[in-house]
Amino acid sequence: MKRLRFNQQEIVFAVFAVLFLAFSVFLRGFLTPENMLTLLQNVAVLGILGLAMAIVVIGRGIDISLIAALAVPPGLVLQMVQDGHSLPASLLTAVLLTIAFGLVNGWLIAYAEVPSLFATLATGLLLAGLGQAALFQLDVVQWSDGMKGFERLGQGTILGIPTSIVMFAIACIVVAFLLRRTRWGAYIYAIGDNPYAARVTGIPSRPIIVLQYVVAALIGCFAGLVMAASVNSMPTRIFNSTLIYDVILVVVLGGIGLSGGRGGVLNVIIGTLLIGTMLNGMTIMDISYAGQNLVKGVVLLLAVITDSFLNPRNEETAQQGDI
Amino acid sequence: MKRVIRTAKILVATLGLAAIAGPALAQKGLDEPFQKPFKEALTGKTVAYVPVAMNFDLTEGWYAGLKKELEPFGVKFEIRDPNWNTNAGAQAVTSLISEKPAVMVIHNPDVQTYAKLLQRAENEGIYVIQINMGSAYRSSAFVGANWIEIGEKDTEAVVKACQGKSNKIAIVQGALSAAASAYTLKGVENVLAKHPEIKVVSSQAADWDAAKAKAITQTVLKQNPDLCGIVGFWDGMDIGTAAAVKEAGLTGKVFVATSGGGERKGACELVKSGAFDLNLSYDVPTQAAQMAGTIKWLLSSGAKPGSIKGSEYTTLIPITKENADSQTACWNLSDLKK
Repeated sequence: MKRLRFNQQEIVFAVFAVLFLAFSVFLRGFLTPENMLTLLQNVAVLGILGLAMAIVVIGRGIDISLIAALAVPPGLVLQMVQDGHSLPASLLTAVLLTIAFGLVNGWLIAYAEVPSLFATLATGLLLAGLGQAALFQLDVVQWSDGMKGFERLGQGTILGIPTSIVMFAIACIVVAFLLRRTRWGAYIYAIGDNPYAARVTGIPSRPIIVLQYVVAALIGCFAGLVMAASVNSMPTRIFNSTLIYDVILVVVLGGIGLSGGRGGVLNVIIGTLLIGTMLNGMTIMDISYAGQNLVKGVVLLLAVITDSFLNPRNEETAQQGDI
Repeated sequence: MKRVIRTAKILVATLGLAAIAGPALAQKGLDEPFQKPFKEALTGKTVAYVPVAMNFDLTEGWYAGLKKELEPFGVKFEIRDPNWNTNAGAQAVTSLISEKPAVMVIHNPDVQTYAKLLQRAENEGIYVIQINMGSAYRSSAFVGANWIEIGEKDTEAVVKACQGKSNKIAIVQGALSAAASAYTLKGVENVLAKHPEIKVVSSQAADWDAAKAKAITQTVLKQNPDLCGIVGFWDGMDIGTAAAVKEAGLTGKVFVATSGGGERKGACELVKSGAFDLNLSYDVPTQAAQMAGTIKWLLSSGAKPGSIKGSEYTTLIPITKENADSQTACWNLSDLKK
């Protein structure tokens, strides 16, 4: 008899489906089109960040500095406009800063061969510190008149769908195209699966690693712009929050193993949906903050434990070395 | 008789002389006996300031205000920035106790963490002034907002706006561990106890985070589109609350009450734009001036630290559409820093 095997993606999808059904049946006001849109809208930024993290994790790395890329360059845009610079000039400066930041990350990891966890931990602190010390007057950078019109990136609707969801969808399509349809995407999978074999076969692995971090930083910056537009300000203190753990959760929960080479955009979407459903349902039920954390923790633990029961580790997978 | 006249003449002459001599004496100046000891009491003294973090309107405003008031008197003004890290803050306070500044100005992250340390500081002869968020230990002075009053006034305004409407309100709390949030909630409860007709459809903590506040408010508004008011606990976070109300097209229909330090961009501008209907300001520059006044008084009094204890609760400025345009309702950080 063939043993039933589920991978993590399917388990998480099952958990999501069960939760979704339970909420739909027992929670009045959950399964309405408006609420579904709100659900997605609330996790759109998290989802975009998940995409950035996915690219790096598939390439067998991790980017802890993602929240700094989310907070600092968009914060810089708001600050520069507040100080009287034009919006295009500010945006250009922010994008250049983001690219420079991604290049530093990539260089440290690909050429200086610093482990990605430590390299990005340090550079993230550096960028956030730079922002706090030199770029911003206050932690919360407020919207100013010069930004008029730009809030449409995160507010309002396009064809009845809230803009931030559209932005998430666009990001999904772009990243899916990059990973599945381009040679670079294939290289990222190859490097993530076996970096040494990839190098032997002639894949320019170092430049590709640099590219991963530049793209991740740019997506992080994009997520930050959507977030700033949606709340009309940039709370740069978000760097001190636990958002990065949520991002890693979305990725890992969705089934992109930290050992690299596996998963894709679909996994990020599933992970995001699970988190979104939980948050939305619990908000409707008016569960206290502590209670929400408890529920989140229990669901996540269940998913991880089920996975390790159904897919036990063997020598081969253990050698891949999670973090 | 003649003698009498003579005496009178002499008297008049003496008086006249005295009248001439009087101004001559005044030209020499008169020493005011108290200003010198005052100056001596301040010169060279160190005032240490430990906020929960710099880089936000409240703590930057207090810093600028204190600096402006104290440095001209030769007071050394030092700052320790724990950047939201309670442990780092406790370490800063501990090391300050051994450095023995004359005064410590402390912004507590919660009620318990610094309480014992502050008591020790006053026993060691350091005056402790607590600002805006007090600890369980009552020190020489507390200068700051009365959170219970803020909760009460915000809720009263929301309840009033709800009259004749659905009577459904939502509460967006700060961080659960913060005393300011818990006290404000108490104020909210005080008012709600008197108004049983009001139904709280959601009361959740958004962790002082605008994005979380927006997410919660969006969901609540979708479930209760007839919501008539929201009590928010801090304007920096309630930008998100207001953004959700605006996106739902309910600006003006849902009354948003919040509170904050009254910085122009964060308070008056947002009231003007209609994002907030009421923003209770605890007017940071006035608070800074009161702190500075208290420091001057304590240092010149020579009182033993911890022997006298008092409070200065801030008079709140309610910012509404009526006064949001005025020059005095809000303050500019850039001006205060000049």
